[in-house]
Amino acid sequence: MSSLALRKAAPAAGTTPGTAQGPPLRRRIALVPTVALLLGALYCLLPVAWVVIASTKSGSELFSTFTFLPGTGFTENLSDLSAYRDGVYWQWMGNSALYAGLGALLSTAVSSVSGYALATYRFRGREAIFNVLLAGVLMPPVILAVPQYLLLAQANLTDSYLSVLLPQILSPYGVYLSRIYAAAAVPADVVEAARMDGANEWRIFTRIALPMMIPGLVTVFLFQFVAVWNNFLLPFIMLSDDEKFPITLGLYTLLEQGANTPALYTLLITGAFLAVLPLVALFLVVQRFWSLDLLSGAVKS
Amino acid sequence: MTSTARRKSYGVKGAPYAFLLPATILFALFFALPIGYAIWLSFRKVQVSGLGLGSGARKEVWAGLENYTDALSDSELLNGALRVLGYGCIVVPVMLGLALLFALMLDSEKVRLAPFTRLAIFLPYAIPGVVAALLWGFLYLPDVSPFYFVLDKLGLPQPDLLDGGPLYLALSNIAVWGGTGFNMIVIYTSLQAIPAEVYEAAKLDGATPLQIALRIKIPMVAPSLVLTFFFSIIATLQVFNEPTTLKPLTNSVSTTWSPLMKVYRDAFGEGDIYAAAAQAVIIALATLVLSFGFLRAANRRNKQEAAR
Repeated sequence: MSSLALRKAAPAAGTTPGTAQGPPLRRRIALVPTVALLLGALYCLLPVAWVVIASTKSGSELFSTFTFLPGTGFTENLSDLSAYRDGVYWQWMGNSALYAGLGALLSTAVSSVSGYALATYRFRGREAIFNVLLAGVLMPPVILAVPQYLLLAQANLTDSYLSVLLPQILSPYGVYLSRIYAAAAVPADVVEAARMDGANEWRIFTRIALPMMIPGLVTVFLFQFVAVWNNFLLPFIMLSDDEKFPITLGLYTLLEQGANTPALYTLLITGAFLAVLPLVALFLVVQRFWSLDLLSGAVKS
Repeated sequence: MTSTARRKSYGVKGAPYAFLLPATILFALFFALPIGYAIWLSFRKVQVSGLGLGSGARKEVWAGLENYTDALSDSELLNGALRVLGYGCIVVPVMLGLALLFALMLDSEKVRLAPFTRLAIFLPYAIPGVVAALLWGFLYLPDVSPFYFVLDKLGLPQPDLLDGGPLYLALSNIAVWGGTGFNMIVIYTSLQAIPAEVYEAAKLDGATPLQIALRIKIPMVAPSLVLTFFFSIIATLQVFNEPTTLKPLTNSVSTTWSPLMKVYRDAFGEGDIYAAAAQAVIIALATLVLSFGFLRAANRRNKQEAAR
């Protein structure tokens, strides 16, 4: 037996027989989770790695060279994509940024003020309102989207930016998270003290509670940003003018045209690669000062 | 009590309602009203008189349960429901099984590269379902896929992944790939919330990490497992984006592959919003019955175990 194992086992020796076998056994087991997690990571990264490499290939290289061998056509693909129908691709990207950015901002504003109210006040109907808002999470998008379209059509709002923006402002999950964060981050005695000093309720919220809730609100914003950026069904139903399409819908129409024309494959692949970049970059940047765990409502006391 | 104090307490009383006003208005306009409208439409139909020409020839009338009986006896809708049920039976257990497994492994001691693998497995969450389906769709295409390249070099048979039984696996794989990371984070977060003292006793008793995982960790995260299951059922029954995106790549995905796709086709392809509304209501009810049925069953089991 090595001296290392002996030394490690020494403190336990005499109290519990058999612990000398402990350390090597545990070390062997730690190998299994590490390898399994790496396999999981490989599985999750594979399509992303593929699209990164495939986007560098020219049309002929795509079908002739080995899949994971980089090609030489990235700049050409990029300019082809930018030239496609006078740069409609970048219009889609801009639209997605607008829908997701503005939508998430408004959604975070509504969520924060609602979550704060639900967490800090005791009032009649509090749980009833909370439960009704939460029930929105359970509503299948389909039972909402079709009548939303018909109702917005009567208001002459379909096929407009508003038709995609407005239905996504209220996020039941965002309200739920905001309530948790507000309850954890805003102490009742601070609110009470401000009230004693004569601050009105709106001032207490904007000046005192809101800054305390910021870390949680970053999560609400990111969650809603991803939800809107990734949404397909709503714009698919609402929009027909492709100048207003978000990137998901734009890529879908490109796929519809390109599926039978291999010449369009390189456009699609490059477009898919660029569409993945913003959110991945966002998460990598945010990762430095923000924890993924907040997404499931974890609050550190 | 002075009048200013009374006014202030009045302000405090009114404040929460004022704060909740934007959410309430949005809820009324974009949740309650559309649901009510869908239910209303589901009991209506268009009656055409004469040749259907001229104003007044097409009239909206009360249909009773006609749209519902039509929908329930519609074999296309039933087949779509069966397809999605089969798809869900693959997606939900595999996705949540992997999520739980990865969460437990991230939580185990002495695991290496945990921050990297955690982020990598979570990464697909940031990728839109349409783009995910597009990426995998290309990976399923023999012309460009690395899998077929390898199979070809090895001289192995090359199955058509976009047809018949493999199509279910191909679609399920996209959902598993996209959903495992988020669920892993939810489960991992609740694992992290378990205080370390809980394990100490078990460790002193000589329990192996596997025993600790099975006997202590999994039971303690049961509530978040139930929750992830609940939301996965809802999301799976609503599947729309992935099969819709794969449709241009294969003839095996029909316009009515999933019930949701059929609602879309009936509402916008066929212009029959009444039939579509009735189907949407049925799908919503079926989803709620299945998801809440699961929740009740899970709670009942928990109570029984607690009583034991």
